[in-house]
Amino acid sequence: MSSERYSLFSLLRESLRGHTGWKPAWRKASPQAAYDIVIVGGGGHGLATAYYLAQRYGIRRVAVLEKGWIGNGNIGRNTTIVRSNYLLPGNTPFYECSMKLWEGLEQDINYNAMVSQRGVLNLFHNDAQRNAYIRRGNAMRLHDIDAELLDASAVRAKLPFLNFDDARFPIQGGLLQRRGGTVRHDAVAWGYARAADKLGVDIIENCEVTGITITNGRVTGVETSRGPIAASKVGLACAGNSSRVAAMAGLRLPIESHVLQAFVTEGLKPFIDCVTTFGAGHFYISQSDKGGLVFGGDIDGYNSYAQRGNMPVVEDVVEGGMALMPRIGRARLLRQWGGLMDMSMDGSPIIDRTPVDQLYLNAGWCYGGFKATPASGLCFAHLLARDEPHEVATAYRLDRFGRGAVIDEKGMGAQPNLH
Amino acid sequence: MNTHKFMQDHAPLPMTSPTQPMRMIQGNGVDVGKTIHFTFDGRSYTAHPGDTLASALLANGVRLVGRSFKYHRPRGILSAGPEEPNALVELRTGARREPNTRATVAELFDGLTASSQNRWPTLAFDALGINGALSPVFTAGFYYKTFMWPASFWEKIYEPIIRRAAGLGRAAEEADPDCYEKSNGFCDVLIVGSGPAGLAAALAAATSGARVILCEQDSLPGGRLRAENILIDHQPGWNWAEATINRLRAMPNVRIMTRSCVFARYDGGTYGVFERVSDHLATPQPDQPRQRLWRIVARQCIVATGGIERPIVFPNNDRPGIMLAGAVRTYVNRFGVVPGRRAVVYTNNDDGLRSATDLHAAGVQIVAIVDSRPSSAHAQAIAQRTGAPLFPSARIADTSGYRGVTAALIRDSEGKDCRIACDLIAVSGGWNPDIALTTHHGKRPSYNDEIAAFIPTSDEEDMHVSGVAAGTMTTSGALTEGALAGHQAAACCGFGKASSPPPAVPSVDQDESYGIVPQWHAMDAESGRRAGRAFIDFQNDVTAKDTKLAAQEGFRSVEHLKRYTTLGMATDQGKTANVNGLAFLAEVNGQSIPQTGTTLTRPPTQPVTLGTLAGPHRGLHFKPHRLPPTHQWATEQGAVFTANGLWQRAQWYPRVGETTWQDTVNREVNTVRSAVGFCDVTTLGKIDIQGPDAANFLERVYVNAWQKLPIGRARYGLMLREDGFAFDDGTTARLGENHYVMTTTTANAGPVMQHLEFCHQCLWPDMDVQFISVTDEWAQIAVAGPRSRDVLRQIVDPQYDLSNESFGYMAAATITVCGGQPARLFRLSFSGELAYELAVPAHYGDALARLLMRVGAPYGITPYGTEALGVMRIEKGHPAGPELNGQTTAHDLGMGRMLSTKKDFIGRTMATRAALTDPGRPTLIGLRPLVAGTTLDAGAHLLPKGSPATAAFDQGWISSSAWSPTVGSWIALGFLSNGPARHGEIIAVHNPLADTVTEAEIVSPVFVDPEGKRLHA
Amino acid sequence: MRLNCPHCGERSLEEFTYRGDATLRRPAADASAKSWVDYVYLRDNPAGRHEEYWYHGAGCRAWLVVDRDTTTHRVHSVRAAGSTSENTRLNHEHA
Repeated sequence: MSSERYSLFSLLRESLRGHTGWKPAWRKASPQAAYDIVIVGGGGHGLATAYYLAQRYGIRRVAVLEKGWIGNGNIGRNTTIVRSNYLLPGNTPFYECSMKLWEGLEQDINYNAMVSQRGVLNLFHNDAQRNAYIRRGNAMRLHDIDAELLDASAVRAKLPFLNFDDARFPIQGGLLQRRGGTVRHDAVAWGYARAADKLGVDIIENCEVTGITITNGRVTGVETSRGPIAASKVGLACAGNSSRVAAMAGLRLPIESHVLQAFVTEGLKPFIDCVTTFGAGHFYISQSDKGGLVFGGDIDGYNSYAQRGNMPVVEDVVEGGMALMPRIGRARLLRQWGGLMDMSMDGSPIIDRTPVDQLYLNAGWCYGGFKATPASGLCFAHLLARDEPHEVATAYRLDRFGRGAVIDEKGMGAQPNLH
Repeated sequence: MNTHKFMQDHAPLPMTSPTQPMRMIQGNGVDVGKTIHFTFDGRSYTAHPGDTLASALLANGVRLVGRSFKYHRPRGILSAGPEEPNALVELRTGARREPNTRATVAELFDGLTASSQNRWPTLAFDALGINGALSPVFTAGFYYKTFMWPASFWEKIYEPIIRRAAGLGRAAEEADPDCYEKSNGFCDVLIVGSGPAGLAAALAAATSGARVILCEQDSLPGGRLRAENILIDHQPGWNWAEATINRLRAMPNVRIMTRSCVFARYDGGTYGVFERVSDHLATPQPDQPRQRLWRIVARQCIVATGGIERPIVFPNNDRPGIMLAGAVRTYVNRFGVVPGRRAVVYTNNDDGLRSATDLHAAGVQIVAIVDSRPSSAHAQAIAQRTGAPLFPSARIADTSGYRGVTAALIRDSEGKDCRIACDLIAVSGGWNPDIALTTHHGKRPSYNDEIAAFIPTSDEEDMHVSGVAAGTMTTSGALTEGALAGHQAAACCGFGKASSPPPAVPSVDQDESYGIVPQWHAMDAESGRRAGRAFIDFQNDVTAKDTKLAAQEGFRSVEHLKRYTTLGMATDQGKTANVNGLAFLAEVNGQSIPQTGTTLTRPPTQPVTLGTLAGPHRGLHFKPHRLPPTHQWATEQGAVFTANGLWQRAQWYPRVGETTWQDTVNREVNTVRSAVGFCDVTTLGKIDIQGPDAANFLERVYVNAWQKLPIGRARYGLMLREDGFAFDDGTTARLGENHYVMTTTTANAGPVMQHLEFCHQCLWPDMDVQFISVTDEWAQIAVAGPRSRDVLRQIVDPQYDLSNESFGYMAAATITVCGGQPARLFRLSFSGELAYELAVPAHYGDALARLLMRVGAPYGITPYGTEALGVMRIEKGHPAGPELNGQTTAHDLGMGRMLSTKKDFIGRTMATRAALTDPGRPTLIGLRPLVAGTTLDAGAHLLPKGSPATAAFDQGWISSSAWSPTVGSWIALGFLSNGPARHGEIIAVHNPLADTVTEAEIVSPVFVDPEGKRLHA
Repeated sequence: MRLNCPHCGERSLEEFTYRGDATLRRPAADASAKSWVDYVYLRDNPAGRHEEYWYHGAGCRAWLVVDRDTTTHRVHSVRAAGSTSENTRLNHEHA
């Protein structure tokens, strides 16, 4: 008997028999000749899309094509933060939809991705920042999303080790979303893969898409390193590689690929409870369930496909960390890495049809793709299944740039490296 | 028989210290003439200068040093270097507590205090050792399969328990008291490592004349030469290393940096280096940093980082006393310490056999030599010389001993078991070249069958690898390769010729043999469930079984294996574990190692303290302070300051009797509106624009017209981004035929300058116009209020007529003040009053403030700060940062009609898109509460009166608000859908964060003097 | 990363500010809406050689056109944006 379902019971049973009953989390599928839907990209968004296509929309002849091993992109390279503290009406309901899916994820996919709602606190350091956060927090509350405004003393009570003594930019307070938090990132990819696989989705690794087959202006399949695969619909979920793949269909996208670095320290006994962002520098931090301080900052700021960054940003980020938390000076940076961000021109994503029939695009996640994973998968699945946008993703249209209906949370304009 | 001769040089210690029972001989790296003291877990011990904490603990017979992460297994010291996975301690105490410090690299100083970590209540009796018993449940990834029911229990019950067990050491609880520095270094050739390859490379490169920086992570140069008995030029290798370093030190083009780890390779020949300046002292000297970050720019780099030995995976291979064979030799030869009295040597290569020789020479009994290879003459000779039984084609099948190894179970070539008592097992599974730096740019190494390890694929044009790091396993080979690399690297930089022969290298007494035949593990296929746990990753307790289970569950990619089992994710980043894990996975997958892959290492090569990476940029020095010219004067006035970007600006100027800041601000506003006040506005960006095409240029960057602006006049201008949204605003004055001076907002001074340069250089390079920022050249002070003209008349030289007729609103002029001092005067008003901005050279700013106070006194002058400035601009409805937030359009700001239709300008076309001109867009309005005393909160949202408090009814928000002493009410600016058409309507102001809903009237955003009579007065 | 500024010599990354694709050409004022949208929003975003604008803000304030490989970060050439002549094109010694 194999242990199909994960539970404490199955774990105990397996531990008594040497764990011989565990099956592969997902089959090593080989490509079939044709599918109803082919998803290009075996990252979090692609796998979630496949899962929801099968689970919610009953479409199971689905393949996810991954050029390497699943989850090797940003789903495994991010700082694991989830939150729905957005300002603009185009974004807020979408990220709240995602937050709600996170809250039920483990039971939904029978995989413990350790969704940990330990709170996300955005600090502010001057009146203008405070007012902007009040506006944002109120927007959240009007969308029935939890948000609280903390003054400096409330922040101090919660995080007494922040720098309240000689700060260059003293902490005035913070906007707290208690339902925000962190999720074990790799487990999200594996969990969705396992759940999708069980519903019949083929997850095909080491299968690089080399061409998109278009007949009479309509997509009919893809060319891959493992041969041609026919598909009624093709969905792209390629994050930082979106431009390269879209170019195979002759499309140019409102996207630049940039590198975002992330960092983790050696494991320390936990002392940082909630995710904290510094408002006077480029720094945000959480502490993982293994004890590592996981932190990041701003993107390096130049086009890159190299998945690694440079030293000025390393220094800038850690300077922010030390300015905010002077007790971490003797902790050590263990590892730094870079992810490939699909930075869109207004800082918000695209989930839409493309000018090529039956070719669909899910891209432009900037550095916020992780938290969006469930809703991105759900909305992309909805679009692929129904050919119309999901109700929480109606603003994520490709033509919004032409119309001027941009969703620019930071107000930085058409310059991706400033978002 | 050089080895024997060398051994005779190894004098026994004059007197064996009773407190260091394992210190047997004179090590080449310690000064036994001096004794220093340290404590571990509260017990005092002695040591000698040159010791590491690890060598000192071993000298004192301490074997149990730490506990593993997951199972809390007792652990000792595995290695003698930065690769150490087990011997992690909390070093120092209080604010200087350093968690997870590797005892193997912690230099001992007198008074050092260290404690074991991740154990409770004590190291010897750790309650969480129970986890070991639960290991059948706690397999790889078990947590993904459980803790899901009921859902609410994760945050409340399960995760808190997991977090209680998480982490290893404890971070200090106070701010780090030490200082850190950053430095830049430049060289032709950077050499990483001072072993034989590195030293030979440095000599070759330096002799050619190249500027050389040699970085050695250790406190002493020599690398493995300190750990081995090797004769170079007929002298002990470490002696040769010291002599060579001294030679290099004497060369002016060479910098030797010890205690300096090259931790990362970045782009463009930039390397991150982390120098431990004073970690070997109890506390840094006064004015000395603890550590220093170097950004070294090198045209060429030679990686001579040597290798890292790997263990063999066998059941219960993690007990204290089971050590890497090469590390054992380091302790013997460098520190004079024997890590045991009865040693088993277990190896799959000749290098491991050397441990038997060296241990024997130090008086240790070799109780067995277990060689996984068939018998060889070499092994037999060593066995004979050391008097040890040789077990060829054998392995260690298990070990015993809880807090330290007490016996090894040896399974011989015929499968017969033999239990041999021992207190030390020296293990060598072969050496992995330390190639971390060569992979930082994503270059994958290749597997070399001959040495059973990964080596760098090929040299890059600016990086050479030599010695063990390149897979060359002999000292003479390392010397030759290093010299060649140094010679070639220098030639690449123009020093010497690559084609000429490299310099000769010194002789080595004999070439070491290696002869590895990989035996990755000593597990039987049939050993099954009853065998003890065999650890691959010691710190994270990843066992052979875990890897098998991961593969069974489909985690067959090496990256999946790593992430699923956490192999290689601990503080040592799998330096001793990764290749063994890969070999295991290959076997399970039925593939070769190269087919299975490798994982790239990511920076840093060794953990780097955050303090070092931040350097001095913390606390008040996190960012520089920009101080306006009147800062000193304002300080004397008792001003309260606020940060405005990097600027420190006076926020208000309290006076005696004022109890709240609101009192002060009210007084400042009232004084300006009724008499006169002044405010330093130097922080506004000032850009000098000159050239025949200056006017044409302004036409293209501003939305409004500029061609007809006469000399001596200023004009308000609005700039858009190319995407049609508002970018910045300000006034620009024409001072001469082809001379303009532009002001920007404080926040956008830099971005606007950059924008103008972009427009000029990239879009319209043919335009004859030039720009320079003069923000810091001129002190600019706003003098505002009905008596401002009277005050200025006291300062401006009499030939300049300030009357309304000759110097009206928006006039601008170059003038003189105070009897001939150059100045610029602009009749601009942000407050809405009769007002001027007077600019003088920055160094006169302080004097000007003092003068204004004096001459303004009869008129009741007051300085005012940014708060009063803000109140008055809200009273006048002028947009500022909260309105110009990058999301608003000219239309939103009520300036839609300013957009010229007669010319091209930045943003023109995109500003006409439907969504940007939709009348339904939230547009600038004013708000007054129905009840005057009611606060209006910036950030509140505007919903129709009576509608439910939901987003569907959200129509706008408040961007700025203030108490207006002039109006006698709170007032606010905001953006509201169809706003301008709704003046007079009552709207609900929702602030759910504060749990308030109030009502306000929609009014014009200009609250004071809408006709503008005052500013024209 | 280091850029060889034609005016200042080789300098480190932190002196420069980035601004994307340098091959875009600003359309004429009366150009079609589509060509404007393309100019402002669409990018080739190549994986490989990329001509891009950098601003030497902490140096000579020149806008530079840098030919750089986005997959390796290797810099092939740097020239001042305002100039087009080939002789200002400087080869980089370091990637």
